[in-house]
This record gives sequence, structure tokens and C-alpha cells, in this order.
Amino acid sequence: MTTTVGRYIGQSVKRREDPRLLTGHGRYVDDDQLPGTLHAAFVRSNVARGTITRLDVSEARALPGVEAVYTGDDLNPKIVQYWASMMGPRIEMGGQSPYPPISVLAPGDVRFVGDPIALVIATSRYIAEDAADLVEVEIDSLPPVLGLYDPITSTDLVHRETDSNISQAMPMPEIPEIEALFAAAPHVVTRTFSGARATNVPMEPRGLLVHYDRHRGEMFIRAATQSVHEIKSFAGRLTGLAESHIRVVAEDVGGGFGQKMMVMREEAAVILAAFTFGAAPVKWIEDRRENLMASNQARSEDGVLSFAVDGEGHILAVKAEFFEEVGAYPPSSGATATLAIGVFTGPYKIPVLIPGCTAVYTNTVGKSAYRGPWALETIFREQMMDHVAREIGIDPIEFRRINLINPEDLPYTTATQMVLDRITPKETLDQVVEMIDVAGFREMQAAAKAEGRMLGLGIAGYVEPSAIAFGVLNSDPAVLTMDVSGKVQIRLGTGSHGHSIETTMAQVVATHLGCAIEDVAVIQGDTATSPIGPGTGGSRTAVIAGGAAQTASLELRDKLVRIAAQLMEANPDDLEVADSVISVKGTPQAAVHFAQLAMTALMAPDLLPAGMGPGLEVIARYRPPQQFTWSNATHGCIVEVDPETGIVDIRRYVVSEDCGQMINPMVVEGQIAGGVAQGIGGVLFEDMRYDDAGNPLATTFLDYLIPSAPEVPDFEYGHVESMSDTLGGYKGMGEGGAIASPPALANAINDALAQFGVPALTSFPFGPSQIIDAINATQSEPTQAT
Amino acid sequence: MSETIENISVAVVVNGRSRTITCEPRKLLSDALREDLHLTGTHVGCEHGACGACTVLVDGSAVRSCLMFAVQMNGAEITTVEGLAGPDGELNSVQQAMQDNHGLQCGFCTPGVVVTLTAFLRDNPDPSDEEIREAISGNLCRCTGYHGIVNAARQACGRPQGGVS
Repeated sequence: MTTTVGRYIGQSVKRREDPRLLTGHGRYVDDDQLPGTLHAAFVRSNVARGTITRLDVSEARALPGVEAVYTGDDLNPKIVQYWASMMGPRIEMGGQSPYPPISVLAPGDVRFVGDPIALVIATSRYIAEDAADLVEVEIDSLPPVLGLYDPITSTDLVHRETDSNISQAMPMPEIPEIEALFAAAPHVVTRTFSGARATNVPMEPRGLLVHYDRHRGEMFIRAATQSVHEIKSFAGRLTGLAESHIRVVAEDVGGGFGQKMMVMREEAAVILAAFTFGAAPVKWIEDRRENLMASNQARSEDGVLSFAVDGEGHILAVKAEFFEEVGAYPPSSGATATLAIGVFTGPYKIPVLIPGCTAVYTNTVGKSAYRGPWALETIFREQMMDHVAREIGIDPIEFRRINLINPEDLPYTTATQMVLDRITPKETLDQVVEMIDVAGFREMQAAAKAEGRMLGLGIAGYVEPSAIAFGVLNSDPAVLTMDVSGKVQIRLGTGSHGHSIETTMAQVVATHLGCAIEDVAVIQGDTATSPIGPGTGGSRTAVIAGGAAQTASLELRDKLVRIAAQLMEANPDDLEVADSVISVKGTPQAAVHFAQLAMTALMAPDLLPAGMGPGLEVIARYRPPQQFTWSNATHGCIVEVDPETGIVDIRRYVVSEDCGQMINPMVVEGQIAGGVAQGIGGVLFEDMRYDDAGNPLATTFLDYLIPSAPEVPDFEYGHVESMSDTLGGYKGMGEGGAIASPPALANAINDALAQFGVPALTSFPFGPSQIIDAINATQSEPTQAT
Repeated sequence: MSETIENISVAVVVNGRSRTITCEPRKLLSDALREDLHLTGTHVGCEHGACGACTVLVDGSAVRSCLMFAVQMNGAEITTVEGLAGPDGELNSVQQAMQDNHGLQCGFCTPGVVVTLTAFLRDNPDPSDEEIREAISGNLCRCTGYHGIVNAARQACGRPQGGVS
């Protein structure tokens, strides 16, 4: 048999999702406008930490149009179980993952500003919000637990059920040999880097509609989610209803970036409320203020890094200690540093890593996954590479090259016992250096400096643990069926919230089955039709769902070929497949169309080969060979910093990415661009601050600034395609853009400042005021320009 | 409170059809379009006039429908994203360019982007890159990094796309 691989895979096929979305005919959760739907609104705490001394819902309940008002006393006792599939059962149930204490509405005390206290259900959202205003709440305030370090020792507790504020910790070991190594090293450089608290900001906030029909004993949920099956499982455990009686649908979803991966307390509260109410669909659509105040956030993290380096610039050992804040109610422990430690060494040969991490609960909104939840390792390490290079007097690109994992080093076992293989750090670095013309830039930079202009270049590389495949994420299913017309439906356990899965998975099926892409329908996002899969996240879909789709397609193709061989009295090995036609090689007139084969299999099974069963459906499941499929990239960025205003103009942004075999280069580049823009936001603008009383200071888009079009440059892409050892040769790449862009941009800004003797910034954001402050501080205490 | 508020009726033309909206005076135009006229293509992303997802044309001008009340619309001619494509669903030049250039991923901000760009290019058929980026600076997109949107605008006004692949 010859194959038709390449006909669609590798092509920038236009997206089939687009016509409906461009014309206003998408179906997002709030587009379900069925009559009889009730609307929910939350009463939220305006105090960060305190005891509820009075909670009176009587006036709210009396308002015409209000159907129910629930408090923590009403809903919390109805919780049967509360845990996320990705993290597994709670420790007290015999599981491994630490979780914060359980509640869906404040259990007598409030633990962050935005903490839901009561839930109102009414005939319209307007009335629900009127009624929420009528709920009388009095709270005795207590001093809030805030920051990365104070909570470690504070006797004030975020959760009264716990005996400390530490959510998860791994103390940094003191090893005499390592201390001796650091003491003897020619260079030891130590820096502390800080992230700025960021939030995912899907343009569609969270939301769900829940209808429990108590007469049927069935629950229907429509949700803005990355994983319908996770909501089904969670709702079953939460309510005690059998999962088999719950159907969850997510059609179009307006972005997630990790925020819609796991069920949060408000969603659980709405499920319990609708289950309790039992008479009508209940819809909750989060508004933007709620999303910015009470949807989980990320990146409030510090990294304290020490690099021991020899006289030639080889990294001898690294100490890396991470501190992170997980807020009050993360979906599990919230800590991501453990994963970050595992991949901290990135694309470099770092023989020794001494890690430590501490995650603390605080009286702020909980931490969640945000595109590259382990990204702190790259964000801090890649800034550190520049700091070390500058301190020991080596060019940052040269310092990287000295320590880079080169092709001849592969497979390379890292200090954390990860085996890296089939990666291309050198090739992507070379490509970026060439695309940027680094030598030419340095001349331009020097000329600009003479005019007092601040140009800078930043580079960052990373190795991404893509296609996460452990626990519930281990594999993905595909169900492929052919109907009598010879066309197919592939049903997947994925959920698209911008990922172009309907297009890319159709490319995979059409290529491997040997049909036109128009003959492939892709079904996902409905637990009634989609096989059980963990949804979309962790840069998994291309690799794992793609592997399942490929397996199913080849199996179905094989059955079709065997039927064709029987009908044409030919040897299967002499047949070829193209455009839904199976023909004898060299004799194209001896051919049979998929439709005829399908009619045979479905309507005339007696004509099938002996022993072959009727029908044309394949159930496949793909588990990749490793728990991570490594992808890698190098980013390069050129900026000009305005010394008068501190405003950063990104002049060029170059990415060389290796995600293995690309299914659709247009989609790959779109994922990179979006991720980089989020990284730009994280460096320059996004800063979710709390005041000393625990009040969030950015609850509108006028305070929480995400990049708009003028702040983002055109992107330049280079690609290196080295195949992974997964079925399709794919590597995941959905998160990488957001992981490498913060340090690339930070390094470019510091490169621009360093020429003028301005000390490097280490705490995000690098906003205009921070940059001007650094420049002014340097000018008031003149230092020698480097 | 709500029980004392009387509904008001306004006559509007939406996407070429005469319609009547009867609602409370406080109801936002965005909510009335979605809930009363079932035109759910207009998306609500912030309800404070910052994200641009709810942009519609009122008498030809691009406005944020979350910052207007429905009852202000008496006699107005409104075009929503549902009114831009041809009668058989044929995409307009901006919509087609958005598909050609991967100007959308999750699609939630897309109706606002398409409506904004359609009005902008009608009034400014030959804009500079800077003018294009400025024109959509009030439309927040979290997926695309604006790369594909800007290239779509360039295509729609006959200019070469930017960036290198």
C-alpha cells in the first residue's frame, strides 16, 4: 500500500470553524437563550479575611422574580465528594494531592475579596443582581495573610482547618559537597526574580447552565470548559448523582488558557444549587469584574537562583528555590514549582541542581494553571542566563552556546533524571541568530547608543514538557465511524477553545484514511457523543488525540482495503488508497469507492471476507511512549526603550520553534503569536496587585491591562521540524509562546538599559514607571557605562 | 426595585428588518440584542466598554452596545455581525480576510473585530499599518496576538501582509 501522508498534514488548511464564528453563529454557553432559564448571581465578600457575623437573605428572597437564595449553610453540607480528576482523590480519601478545605460558598468566614457568600437564582440576571444587593452581610474583619514570605511563619491562618499556611513545600537540602563546590567556584552569581500576578483573561469569562431534571434523574450541563468529561465526573462526585446520568456539552468556548481546565467553587455552587432546585435550568455567566477578581490566577512567584560557573563559562551547579502564592482556594495544592523544578535545566547541561520550593495559602484568589503553569523555570532561568553572562563578562548568546545541549549530547539525562531526546536547541538558536542578524544588530545598537538611543536584544530558549501524559491525562480516545455514503465522523475527547481542532484532526484523518477533508466530520465537546478523554490542555491534543485519530484512521483504512481486496479478488498488498477510492496499483480502472465498501460492510455483510464482522467503526486510544514529549524553541526580541518615557517599543520578534511534524503551520504560528502576546503582557502591563487590606486593585480592563494591537509587533517565524517518537512525529506547542516570551523581552529591555549602566530589572512588570525609576536612580548615582 | 419599572417599546431596524424591542429602560443594548432579538453573535466580554466584543453599527457608526441602553435606539438602524455576510452566507471582504489570515482562534472577540474593521475600512480604504492597529486598539483579543487580525485588515485593503514565515 502507498500512503497519502502529506496531502493535508503539513498544509495551512483554512479553518472550518471560521465561517460560523465570523458571522455570529458560534454557540457559546451564554448563547443558549431557552425560555424558562433562571439566572444566578453571587454575593461576594468585600473583606479579605473575616468572620461572617450576620447573613440575612430574607429581603432578597422576597423580591419578586427571585426563586431561591442559597448560602454556605444550604449548599456546603450537600457536597458528597470534591476533587479534580487531574489531581486525584484527596489525601484524607487515600489520594496523594493536597487540597484546600472544601466549601462552595463561604463556610462562616471569608478568605479573599470576591469569596462567594451567597447565590441568588432569579428570572433574570438583572433581578438576580438586584436581589444580591439586598442580601445583608456583616463581617468582622481580621488582618489578611498576604505575600510570599510572611504567611510561612504567620500564626494568622487563611484556613482555620489547617495548622499552617503552607500548601506544599519541599525544603532545599544543604549538601556539604555542593556547598564546597560553590565555595570553590570561580564565579557564583545569585539573583532573585519576581513574577507579576497575572490572570488568564479568556475573552469569554467562565459560565455554565445546569438543568437537573428530577423526574428523569438526569442532569444536563452546558459549560465554558476545556474538558466536558471533567465537569461530568466532578458533578457526579459533587452531587452523588451517577456520572452516567449527567451529560455535559461545550460547543464553542471563548478561550481558557488553563482557567477552564478544572472546576472552581462558583461552578460547583451552581451545580449544587441547580441540583437542589431541580425545577429549571440555572445559568451563571461570570462578568468581567468577577473574572478579574475571583477567577483563579497565576505567576505570583519568586525564584532565588544561584549559579556556580567555572572559568570557561560552564555551569557547574545551580541552586533554585521557588516561592509561590496559591491564594485561598486553588483547585488543588496550586503549587506548580515541583513540575518547574523537574524541567528547570531546560536546554542546558547543568550537572547539578539543588531545588527547593514553598507554596503558601494567602487571602487572595486561588492560583490556577495559566498557559505554561511551570513557566517560572524558563522565565527565571533565561533571565538568569543573561545576568550571569553579564556578570562574568561573556556575551549572553555565547554563554548559552557554552552550556547548550548539542545534537551530539542526545539523548541527554538531566540533573532531575529527565531524558531529553529529539530536541534541537542548537538549531533553533542558530536560526534565530541568523534571522535577527545579531552581528548587524550589535553595530546598529552601538550606533544608536552614540545618539543616546537605547536598543536591546534578548534571547531565550526552552525545552517544553509537552503532551503531558500521566494520571488521567495518560491517553486520548478516538471513535471513527463510516456511514453508507463512505464519509466518516471522528469523535474525540478533546474540547476546542480556540485550538482549531475541528480542522487539524480532520487533516489527520483525511490524510491517513485517504479521503477528502470535506468527508471528515469532527465531533467533540459532548459527553453523550465523545469518548472519555481529559479535554484540551497541557499541549496534548496534536500529539495524543492526533495519535488516536491516526490509529483509528489506519485501522479503518486497513479494514476497507481488506474488503476491497475481497470484492476485487485482489491481494491487499497490491492496492492503493486515494480520494476515497481503493484501486489496484497500475490498474486504476480496477477500483472501488469507499461508499461501495461501506454499503457492503453495513448492508451486505455476507459479502465480507470470512471472519470479518459487519460495520465500519473503530475505537482507538493512544498513549504516547513518554509522559512528556519534548518540544523546544528559541525566541529573539529587539526593543527600543524610550529613555524619557520608559515606554518599550518591540521592534522585532523572532521565534524558531520545533514542534516536530506540523499538522497545520498556520495554526502553529497562530498559537505562537497568541502565547507571545500574553508573555508581552506579563512583562510590560499585567499586574494584579492587592493592597495591604487584601483588596484587588485591578478589577476592570482599565486597571488590568492586556496588550492591544498597537503594543504587539508583527511576528517572524522560523521552523525546525525534528520528529518526535510519537505516532505522528508531533510535539505539543500550545504553551511555549507564553513561556519563552517573558524572558526574551525582559532580556532585551535589560540589554538596552545595561549599555547605559542601568542595573538590570528583576521584578515584573517592567512598566514605564519601573524603567524610568531605574534610569533615574542610575543618573542620580552615576555609574560607569558598561 | 424591578417590580416598579415599566417596560418601554422602541422601533428599530436591525440588519435590514424592522423590529420592536420592549424592555426595561435599564436594559443594555447588548443584552436586548442577545436576549430579546436572539442575535447572540454580539458578545459581551466586559460590560464596561473596554474590550470591544459587543461592537455593533448604529446608524453606520461602530459603538459598544454594552454602553448603550436599548431604549435609546428608537428609530435607529443597527447592524450586528449577523448582518455583514451576504444573504447566502457569503463572507464579506473583512470576514474572508480574517479566515485567510487566521485572524481568529476562539472567536469570542471576533464579531467586534469584524464589525469594527468593516466600518473602519469603509471610512479609511487605504490605512497605514499604524492606523490599522489604532483602529482595532479597542478590540481586545487574547488568542491571536493580533498578528492575523492586522494581516486580515491589510488583505482587505489590498496591502501586503506583514511578518515572515
